Amino acid sequence: MTRFTFPPSIASRPVWGTLLPRKGTAFLMIADAEGAEALIDLAKAAPDLMAAADVVYLPKGTGTRFSDALRAAGPGTLYIGPSFDAAEPRIKRMLADARMGLQIFLTGTEGLMGRAMALALAAGTPVDAIQTEHRGSVARRMQCVHCKGFTEDVMTDPFVCAHCGLNLFVRDHYSRRFGAYQGVCVDAEDPGVIPPQKELYS
Amino acid sequence: MSAGTSKIAVRVADVIKVNDLVTRFRFVRRDGREMPTFSGGAHTVVEMKDGDRTRLNPYSLMSDPADRSAYSISVRRDDVGRGGSLFMHQKVKPGDEMVISYPVNLFSLDLRASKHLMLAGGIGITPFLAQIKQLGHAGGNFELHYSVRTAALGSYVDELTAAHPDRVHVYYDDRKQAIDLARLLDGQPLGTHIYVCGPKGMIDWVHKTARAHGWPESAVHSEEFLAPQSGKPFSVELARSAKTITVGEHESLLEAIEAAGVEAPYLCRGGACGQCETDVLAHEGTFIHNDHWLTEDQRKGCKKIMPCVSRFDGRRLVLDR
Amino acid sequence: MTIQFNDETFTGDYTFRNSPRAIRRFPFPFHEDSYMYAVNLEPHLPGPKGSAFEHRFDVDEHYLSEMKDRARVLADDPLRCQSLPHMDLAGWDTLELIMTSKAEDYPDLFELHRDGDRWRWINRPMGIDDTFTFLDKTTLPYGPLEYITRQTQGDYAILDQRENDLWMDAGMVTTQADWSLDFDIGMSFMQWHAPVPLAHQLGVFDRALKFLLNLQQGAPVRRLNWTMTVNPNLDTSPENYHKWGPEKTTLTPENVGQKQHLRVELQTLWRLPRSNAMLFPIRGYLIRLEDIVTVPKWGRRLHRVLRDLPVELATYKGFIRNRPMIVEYLSQFDDGAPTSPGCFPD
Repeated sequence: MTRFTFPPSIASRPVWGTLLPRKGTAFLMIADAEGAEALIDLAKAAPDLMAAADVVYLPKGTGTRFSDALRAAGPGTLYIGPSFDAAEPRIKRMLADARMGLQIFLTGTEGLMGRAMALALAAGTPVDAIQTEHRGSVARRMQCVHCKGFTEDVMTDPFVCAHCGLNLFVRDHYSRRFGAYQGVCVDAEDPGVIPPQKELYS
Repeated sequence: MSAGTSKIAVRVADVIKVNDLVTRFRFVRRDGREMPTFSGGAHTVVEMKDGDRTRLNPYSLMSDPADRSAYSISVRRDDVGRGGSLFMHQKVKPGDEMVISYPVNLFSLDLRASKHLMLAGGIGITPFLAQIKQLGHAGGNFELHYSVRTAALGSYVDELTAAHPDRVHVYYDDRKQAIDLARLLDGQPLGTHIYVCGPKGMIDWVHKTARAHGWPESAVHSEEFLAPQSGKPFSVELARSAKTITVGEHESLLEAIEAAGVEAPYLCRGGACGQCETDVLAHEGTFIHNDHWLTEDQRKGCKKIMPCVSRFDGRRLVLDR
Repeated sequence: MTIQFNDETFTGDYTFRNSPRAIRRFPFPFHEDSYMYAVNLEPHLPGPKGSAFEHRFDVDEHYLSEMKDRARVLADDPLRCQSLPHMDLAGWDTLELIMTSKAEDYPDLFELHRDGDRWRWINRPMGIDDTFTFLDKTTLPYGPLEYITRQTQGDYAILDQRENDLWMDAGMVTTQADWSLDFDIGMSFMQWHAPVPLAHQLGVFDRALKFLLNLQQGAPVRRLNWTMTVNPNLDTSPENYHKWGPEKTTLTPENVGQKQHLRVELQTLWRLPRSNAMLFPIRGYLIRLEDIVTVPKWGRRLHRVLRDLPVELATYKGFIRNRPMIVEYLSQFDDGAPTSPGCFPD
């Protein structure tokens, strides 16, 4: 299953949409893992748009499961990279050259969409020029409010901060600047009392 | 609870004819103190005491926002309007005492912009004059495209082109020159914001063309003050104050409410800010909504009216005032 | 008026105390015996002489110690003061507003001399005498917002106004009721208020935002907010939650009157003229329960408010675990007599 209906939440939590063809003068698509399927769906609806698009794709453990089909969808350019960290300088470079009229399409995990959107916003892209669609894993990118380190692909609540080692609970409070949810010490008031780990949305 | 509208008692220091249609007014404080600073794009509401009538019209501040000695506005004469601009042109003289509001900005620069692309038509130049001075102090990146009817009616063209020869582009209607918007929209750096002020047709054209070129709404800013329209007189019951008033042909509903001594909130008096939104308690007839504020659903719901610009045609209207 | 400044701490040995005068002028926030969210904004006009509302920016006996505490927190975590790049002008607006207000309201403590853009600022209590060029931040030791708010009590958020919304794009936040500027910077009005329970459903934020978008230059408004804090700790930040959180478990029926504090925020909102942004000062006041009950009306009322507060609010305000002990303590001071309307002592 690559689609997931998120339960209603607080006002800072992003509501992901569905990618739709839009008028523009340039098109940048960034996807990871199952996000490729959303791009392929978009290409079916608007092959011309895909032919004009620059696509950055991070298979993230899905190997070639989607990459061949994505290539066959006929993107203008296609970069397939091993990780977001590896692709980040390239994405920044593309945004530095970009002009108004650019339309951005982000799809895949929340972590991918969050990080790519943060880069796009920092480069001056108007927020309403960015579309999103969630596909695949429901893992979250979390920031530890204590040490400020980011832990990627968090699947449980609570979890252990990959940087400072504190046990953190998963909040729905979300920062678009960081592209991350907030993680807060779960045993601050009763040190050592850690509730049992639960899978997110279980 | 309503946002306050602080007033400033001023004296008219200068009245200067800019051209056949436009006159500039300079106001200084009567108490000798400094004017408040303001942000480029702000307007002030000028109270005009014309016999037993009081009109309140908004005008963009065009002076340097950092200059605290005086405020300047430019007023274009409108021979067929409700008379506010004619009053300013014909009756206001240097030395007159007037009252103006504190500055209010509904057309402010987005200071995040990598570039400010300004499009002005005619008297729509005035907010840009202040914004350009503000950006000048901060070394901001701007470009102005200014469309005028003729050289003779091109208010402030000379001073703008002298101060910013590389940034200001002027287009003359009578020479068949026009802003090539499609070309302008192409290739602007990410983070560019567009600002347009001018006639309604120009504003609609800019929004529509920008949309077609993939510019999102949040990057396109416009300011259009709607002058209240004249229309058939109608009567209104003010439920809370237990008064029945008649709105005259050349009077706005808001002005009629005020003339009856009933306090009503306002800021822009041009249908843009939402401050004067008033609940409708009962009605038999048709609303003539002229504002930019109410949504289509609210208009259909017939429960709200913006008395600064909107009117009514029918047998009975009861407002919560 | 001369203020006797305290030498006291807000951490470690917690030597913070309120003098009898400070207790009398405490901005008690409850005007009736119950509490629920409301858009309780009123014009920020000068209040009674000697009250916390007398001046635009209140300076009290805790001034020097609070500024020392702020410097300590910033040295530990410089991310508590941040300003997105487009907020420079709003920072200067803030500096101008605070300097001109304080120099007019406290001429014995502060002086501002302006000669065009050449400004000289004298802060007598802190021993500062600086000359700088207005709008040129290379002439100040910090950015304008940080410079002036290292010399002014209370937290500061600056809200940029665009797209019919307010964006928290700059701030100085070291005395907060458990929220993080570093995380919330850049958020819209609804986004940064997202964690607040109940108020969204009541429509409080919709009405408040609509009102604030039309806030006028020269017409600031104020409201009071409150929470509960164990020990007089100004820096109850999420960043340090694992450090101050355990202190909540140190309350006993014997020490609750001394250790449990009511924290009141005097929040004001100002339209900033040059940037069209909005300044949102959040000035915190702390008071021990045992000092509150010296005003009989306050003791009775606080007991009733805390006893009857909805569980969601007691949880959000962080005292749900200690509520029974707090209510038990306060009940000794509530004889059931009726209280007079309004916040001030009888």
